[in-house]
Amino acid sequence: MFLDKKINFKRLIIFISTFILLFLLAIIFFKSLKTENVYIPNQLIGKEIPNFASKSLFEDQYLESEKIFINKKYYLINIWASWCGPCRDEHPYLVKLSQNDKLKIVGINFKDKKNNALSFLNKQGNPYKQIFVDYDGSLSINLGAYGIPETLLINNKKIVLLKFIGPLNSQKYQKIIDAINNEK
Amino acid sequence: MKNKLFILILIGLFFSINSSYSKEDHLDELKKISKNIRCLICQGQSIDDSNSDFAINIKYVILKKLNEGSSEDEIYDFLKSKYGDWIVYKPEFKLYNLLLWLIPYFIFFIGGILIYQKIFKKNEKTY
Repeated sequence: MFLDKKINFKRLIIFISTFILLFLLAIIFFKSLKTENVYIPNQLIGKEIPNFASKSLFEDQYLESEKIFINKKYYLINIWASWCGPCRDEHPYLVKLSQNDKLKIVGINFKDKKNNALSFLNKQGNPYKQIFVDYDGSLSINLGAYGIPETLLINNKKIVLLKFIGPLNSQKYQKIIDAINNEK
Repeated sequence: MKNKLFILILIGLFFSINSSYSKEDHLDELKKISKNIRCLICQGQSIDDSNSDFAINIKYVILKKLNEGSSEDEIYDFLKSKYGDWIVYKPEFKLYNLLLWLIPYFIFFIGGILIYQKIFKKNEKTY
């Protein structure tokens, strides 16, 4: 009988431990189902952007980022292309932002044809002070781009303050305005 | 006549195989690296499997870097600096990853002990 008691106690322990383990697993699974599982890279936020260089869209000029990001202003780096629908959608926000004195917008034309890009700007307006041409996508990868359109707000020390993946909208536009008005 | 033709074909093949090995096109290395990089658009796939624009761009950049002479580790470091540690499938062996690396071995070890005990218990019972 003593042996029975011992076996029963052991079984009880096993039963309780299994139950607790399953319960914990259930909590973990339910919690995980609710959490956002898509990984958004934000590696460059708070860090300085690397230097980059390429041809300009307009003239046969070679542009170097160190020579462009020199003023005491904020810069918006916008990666776009004429073939990109969402770039078309966000363009009015860029045009509006280009009228802001505190901000200069620099474009990176991504894997595009020059004529198409120029035609796009003629029709939609040109908010860009300078446009770098990224023929093969390597410049955008160097900036940690995910896809296009993508927009980075940097300060005059070339530190990334904000990063927007996807087209700008009124909320993102407001975030940019707030950032350039609030930051010292 | 048939034999001579066969020998000529063999010689031809031999030389063609030689010339393809002498090319430094890094495609094997590209494949190896691509299988270890996560596609950030189709996050369930590697860069090697994915046909998204992002995957194609990254593969191009990797090949460019390989042709410039970068090592595999340098390429991983570059991608991690732009996109974070998670872009590389195989996690680095760092202190915060210690549990991730050790737990599977630990469970394997515990499992081994349990199996061992079961076998010996069984043997004892057969008395």
